[in-house]
Amino acid sequence: MEQQAIVIEGKDLSIGYRKGKVTKYVHRHLNFVLRRGELTCLLGANGTGKSTLLRTLAAAQSALGGELNLLGRKIGAYTERERSRTIGVVLTDKTQAGGLTVYELVALGRQPHTGFFGRLRQTDKDIIRHALQAVGITDKASQYTAELSDGERQKVMIAKALVQECPLILLDEPTAFLDVVSRIEIMTLLHRLAEEEQKAILLSTHDIEQALVLADRLWLLTPENGMECGVTEDLILNNRMDTLFARQNSRIRFDLTHGVFSPTVGGKKSIRLNAANEVLEHWTQNALNRRNYFCLPDETAYASLPLLTVVSPQRIKLTVEGQTIVFRSFDQLLQTL
Amino acid sequence: MNNKGYIYGGVLCGIILMLMAANLLLGAVDIPASAVADILCGRGTEKETWSFIVWESRFPQCITALLCGAALSASGLMLQTVFNNPLADSSILGISSGASLGVALVMLAGGGTIATGAFTLSGFVSVILGAFLGAACILGIILFLSTVIKNSVMLLIAGIMIGYVSSSLISLLNFFATAEGVHSYTIWGLGNFGGVSLEQLPAFSAMVVAGLIVAVLLIKPLNALLLGTRYAENLGVNIRRVRNLLLIATGLLTAVTTSFCGPVSFIGLAVPHIARLMLGTSNHNSLLPVTLLTGSAVALLCNLVCILPGEAGIIPLNAVTPILGAPVIIYVIVNQRKIQYFN
Repeated sequence: MEQQAIVIEGKDLSIGYRKGKVTKYVHRHLNFVLRRGELTCLLGANGTGKSTLLRTLAAAQSALGGELNLLGRKIGAYTERERSRTIGVVLTDKTQAGGLTVYELVALGRQPHTGFFGRLRQTDKDIIRHALQAVGITDKASQYTAELSDGERQKVMIAKALVQECPLILLDEPTAFLDVVSRIEIMTLLHRLAEEEQKAILLSTHDIEQALVLADRLWLLTPENGMECGVTEDLILNNRMDTLFARQNSRIRFDLTHGVFSPTVGGKKSIRLNAANEVLEHWTQNALNRRNYFCLPDETAYASLPLLTVVSPQRIKLTVEGQTIVFRSFDQLLQTL
Repeated sequence: MNNKGYIYGGVLCGIILMLMAANLLLGAVDIPASAVADILCGRGTEKETWSFIVWESRFPQCITALLCGAALSASGLMLQTVFNNPLADSSILGISSGASLGVALVMLAGGGTIATGAFTLSGFVSVILGAFLGAACILGIILFLSTVIKNSVMLLIAGIMIGYVSSSLISLLNFFATAEGVHSYTIWGLGNFGGVSLEQLPAFSAMVVAGLIVAVLLIKPLNALLLGTRYAENLGVNIRRVRNLLLIATGLLTAVTTSFCGPVSFIGLAVPHIARLMLGTSNHNSLLPVTLLTGSAVALLCNLVCILPGEAGIIPLNAVTPILGAPVIIYVIVNQRKIQYFN
């Protein structure tokens, strides 16, 4: 089954830098696989070695130990040209390609396949057209890349990686510097491409929200636990997300219900909360947490605590020692608390 | 190469032919056009002196300008792409001062004075070799510095500093040279396309053409380098090999032109920009050929301006090139946001 074909496989891999006689290991004993048709997101705090790992996978730096197999063959056994047809990368590097049209830039991705002078044959042109279509920038093909927005430029670079016709595409923070709309667009695009074009796509990102929604698998990279790989839901429901930033700041917790990281609640004061629906409950908690209130359910065990009843955003009732005050907005409520 | 490239190429070829004709026809001595045509076609002419002037002065000077312009512009373009820097060229990065230093060292070590035009064949080879080693040395240093200095403006400043160092070394050498040597060095430093004699012309042409061929062979990796080294590497470009070839090509082109014509400024810096502005692209498929042709045309034009005073003498080349080149650079800097090719 091609679906399951493993594109790259790391066994007991050590990554890091070698400078003169000094060897600095960033990670040891990493084990992982990337399969065709799957979008994998590499998550980790800054400085945990995401870029080092991506560079090692792209063969831009050599591994310090262990095995790294690309399509069942050792990565070191590939020639430069073979490698450039197997691994496509999208980086955050600044380019000076503003004077190239979108078409010309995407065409550069054909270089591993073209002859000495890079002349494009009809098949090359068809592949470029297809890639432009796949990322949705066909109408901008004759524009200068300098005229594009950041999001569009990222799509062009993805199209460039597509025309390389590599089974593996690596992206280093492709959604950094993009606004929310572009971020969602790029991630959705990558997810679709992984499936439609049967690529193994690995990207590093800080955009955890999108990663949780669209990634088929997550790779969590931490200094303590090395790398943990798994399907998003398995990792979340086994509480693995909390390990991600544990070292940097232990007060940051992963909210299992909402799939976001948030600071732990101080909870100096407590209050009973009774909200009409889940949405009201969530946002009331959000407001109260900000004011160091710890919310407890409206149960008899906590009967001594003040009770907040939220009927609607315009009708918030606070009952303290038998007395009830009604607020018309969260603004009023928070001013009193 | 796209259609625009072919159109500009054709127009430039026409302009070059006209400029070559003008260069052959005009000069300190009035020679009728028909006589010049006769001489070039190998037919006899009324005056032997005319034949001498055309063959020994005007013809080599014309071909030298043609090739020098192409050579300087090609090395300027390659350096701008590789250093990802619109202000890179062999004179700013100190490569031509490196070549000058090489020339000066060879001349002094040979016991002679620093002069061009008058050396013997073995002297000629060693001068070229000296210039090449000097240029390649500086280029190597700059390439090394570029891995340490990431800021492109800082790299330019480093290049200018290296240029100063080699210039002051040359001054020190001059201090020990004879007055005559200093004089001829100064004349050489003013730049002159007339430094190649008819006998030296084949060797000169062969070396320039060799350098230009390497440049043309580098078109594909140069395009990949527009995306930066890491992208280029991913596209299968062997960065080290390309850099070495580039070192050889720019070193050779700079060395040959500098040792014969002196350190000619601004052509290498400005011409690639003129070509980019005309074509509206940084794609080397069309940019490199058009840059070569534009460089030839500009150099021929500059040479023409130099010989304009006629009997009164020759204007130094380096007095003319900045007048043409500097406004182009200022235009590019001022309109940097509007001009897209380095974004």
